[in-house]
Amino acid sequence: MSNDPLALAQTTILESAELAARDLDRVMGTLISSKVDDADLYLQQGRYESWTLEDGIVKEGSYSIDQGAGLRAVAGEKTGFAYTDEIALPSLLEAAKNARAITRSGQQGRWAIAPRRPRQPLYRPIDPLPSLSEQQKIELLRRLDAEARRLDSRVEQVIVSLAGGSSTVLVLGRDGVLHGDVRPLVRMNVSVIVQEKGRREQGSAGGGARSDYRYFTEEDRASGYVREAVRQALVNLEATESPAGTMTVVLGSGWPGVLLHEAIGHGLEGDFNRKGTSAFTGRIGEAVASPLCTVVDDGTLPERRGSLTIDDEGTPSQRTVLIENGVLRGYMQDKLNARLMGVAPTGNGRRESYAYLPMPRMTNTYMLPGTHTPDEIIRSVRRGLYAKNFSGGQVDITSGKFVFSASEAYLIEDGKLIRPVKGATLIGNGPDVLTRVSMVGNDLELDSGVGTCGKDGQSVPVGVGQPTLRVDGLTVGGTRV
Amino acid sequence: MVGNSLVETEQGRIEHLRSLVSECLDEARRQGASGAEAGMSVNFGLSVSVRLGDVETVEHHRSQAVGVTVYFGQRKGSASSTDLGYPALRETVAAACRIARYAAEDPCAGLPEPELLAREFPDLDVYHPWDIGAEQAIEIALSCENAARAVSPLISNSEGAQLDTFKGVRVLGNTAGFLHGMANSRHSLSCSVLGQQGESMQRDDWWTVARAAEDLERPEDVGRKAAERTLRRLGGRSISTRECPVIFAADVAGGLLGHFIAAIRGGNLYRKSSFLIDSLGQTIFPPFVQIHEQPHLKRALGSTAYDAEGVATHARHLVRDGVLQSYVLSTYSARKLGLTTTGNAGGVHNLTIDPGDLDLPALLRRMNTGLLVTETLGQGVNIVTGDYSRGAAGFWVQGGEIQYPVEEITIAGNLRDMFRGMLAVGNDVDFRGNTRSGSILIDRMTVAGN
Repeated sequence: MSNDPLALAQTTILESAELAARDLDRVMGTLISSKVDDADLYLQQGRYESWTLEDGIVKEGSYSIDQGAGLRAVAGEKTGFAYTDEIALPSLLEAAKNARAITRSGQQGRWAIAPRRPRQPLYRPIDPLPSLSEQQKIELLRRLDAEARRLDSRVEQVIVSLAGGSSTVLVLGRDGVLHGDVRPLVRMNVSVIVQEKGRREQGSAGGGARSDYRYFTEEDRASGYVREAVRQALVNLEATESPAGTMTVVLGSGWPGVLLHEAIGHGLEGDFNRKGTSAFTGRIGEAVASPLCTVVDDGTLPERRGSLTIDDEGTPSQRTVLIENGVLRGYMQDKLNARLMGVAPTGNGRRESYAYLPMPRMTNTYMLPGTHTPDEIIRSVRRGLYAKNFSGGQVDITSGKFVFSASEAYLIEDGKLIRPVKGATLIGNGPDVLTRVSMVGNDLELDSGVGTCGKDGQSVPVGVGQPTLRVDGLTVGGTRV
Repeated sequence: MVGNSLVETEQGRIEHLRSLVSECLDEARRQGASGAEAGMSVNFGLSVSVRLGDVETVEHHRSQAVGVTVYFGQRKGSASSTDLGYPALRETVAAACRIARYAAEDPCAGLPEPELLAREFPDLDVYHPWDIGAEQAIEIALSCENAARAVSPLISNSEGAQLDTFKGVRVLGNTAGFLHGMANSRHSLSCSVLGQQGESMQRDDWWTVARAAEDLERPEDVGRKAAERTLRRLGGRSISTRECPVIFAADVAGGLLGHFIAAIRGGNLYRKSSFLIDSLGQTIFPPFVQIHEQPHLKRALGSTAYDAEGVATHARHLVRDGVLQSYVLSTYSARKLGLTTTGNAGGVHNLTIDPGDLDLPALLRRMNTGLLVTETLGQGVNIVTGDYSRGAAGFWVQGGEIQYPVEEITIAGNLRDMFRGMLAVGNDVDFRGNTRSGSILIDRMTVAGN
């Protein structure tokens, strides 16, 4: 059995559809014409499953097969696109005709496929579904349920979900090069409700990777999610109202890096900057953060949720420096926006599936570590908020305003954590927030593999990370004035 | 592979899918299932977007899907696929059956009670395909964006205008005797533009959606509104932290009702994940509040004769005189709670809160001093506890008049207090979505700013 993703992808997609290389030639020949600047054919087959435990039993599971082809022809800034769920020659030819209509030219291009060996894969080209037997999956979920209930008698509800799948893609670009990738992804989540004297609070934790299900049983990870979910829920039982107003905020390491994703990352995507709709437009070379901050987008981390051996346009992923010592260095690009801006693509061209057009998206976005210990940072704050973990965030890339919601936060007084608070939302201005970073921790951590980013109705898996950060003067939206 | 494109008329497509759904149900029985449900859909669409006076994308959509749920006694399994060919359908059924064999016995699992399945299928007038080519669609989108850009020289840039048109058919069947298909259509036009004044860059949008093209707002009006909404945000600033009354503008008030629905949804109730557990018959809102579902409105976006399980839908009150009358239940969540399904598998249908007498200017005067919220940002809503804390943008109001735009603030409170503290619902109803609400005035929330 081959371990070459391209060979595997050709077998999986082309052989099962009884398509030959000359059929793809014909489709591409129909798609391109003399006026086309770029074109691609994207074939995809995905298999996914999920299992859910609730009320102590694994009560349901689901399985899905998703397959199809997306065809794109680009002329200048114009894009024609068509997709079909049927990977068969007549459907592909019809889609090619529809997609190319935008270029208003009937001339057929000549075409020949030139397969190329891709880079070293960042993950094994596997289907994770059989890595545990169905019985083992169910036993794992039941064991975690029992562990959660054993941890604390106040645990009232436990929901554990296990999901996995693999997406196999073939990308044929205008350059005639055929790219292939097989992308496994597994995800687990534990969510608990605790109850004490009628008050209910929730906690949840989870993780994932481009690996197989044994990822969760290795290094005691799954049990770690259970302990973390129960711990968070119990902390929330003690939490009181959050203060409201502007104050110093210490952000925890790991998942709170969602701050970078929302406040900085989206504003540095190439499409918004080409169109001039981002608050960061035209600011390359300018100081947009304190000199302590260096932020990268790195799609090359092995087996990470946000990593890609090649992006959805066949470009190898890379490590792109976005901000270096506070200075804005670069944007994240797909092929279309890179061409129109006269720069190189950065391996950030991503799409939810064949049914959507690719666009510039993040992979794993994080800040490099500094010199302070997390303790030093908390001790330095006279009065403020320690936001240890977050549920999620959102940004308006034009005004630059972003928000995110703390799922675990503490009030700091005189350098000590005083009490947990609930319902703290942070709001700020993207181009401004990193200029207020006054301390950067030495504890860089990436999130546990849970991130999903939405843009224009398309969801893709991403990673975030950061060390502990001190930010001077963020607005905290609590209820206590 | 079954070539659905060969079946030209909608009725033909429905007949074709009906036979495939029946085939799926038979296959499930052959594979040993005691009960099964199958749904299939085929959709066609065209999307065009223009930006700065030129076409940007033309997208042709053609998608299909099948979903199968099988029961082996009280064990359940589900599977779905985008391939409607016979071999794939058999595989999909087999995948669902395999999962069901591993799932645990669940006493509440199973098909709906047969007597609750829909038997009458009124014509809801939801199928009005729009025979429009890419050229004509581009013209409409261009006139929309042009109108937006012509409003003011302060409109400095554009994210463009987009026109979408979809039509499709959907068939649902189960082994309890239900088999029905319907065709529907949906068209929308949206526009988003940027404005710049000094350092302040803002964007906003407007959109229109309808079952029939003739019910869409005029393209020029959509563009003009998008521009006006952007311009009014220019020069936005934060305000100091305070407590004050808040008006949720009609187009964001639907979100508040959405949180209410989440809190009375069966899934959250039986999981004890709601601040409205055991609240049937309790006063949740002030006495003037009436909230109801109208699933049989002609041409409305949420209209349907049956829910996602084939259970008949009925017009009914969720809240009468401020008192909670009913939860929002599927067959499964109802059984978990010892109740009967309310025909809400898949959600609510045309949720409506009765409007009051005041238009928005009158509502502003009634509030006198406070915050008009026109946008909410971020998640920040905890249905377990009712805690609410979200980013917001809008306008500061004093003496009943809008003073200046406000941004980079949060609004916080608890949904229980916010519902109880509703003072008025405006008559400026936003009819566009599945939730129909006027602007809502709430007595007091915490606003955090600089």
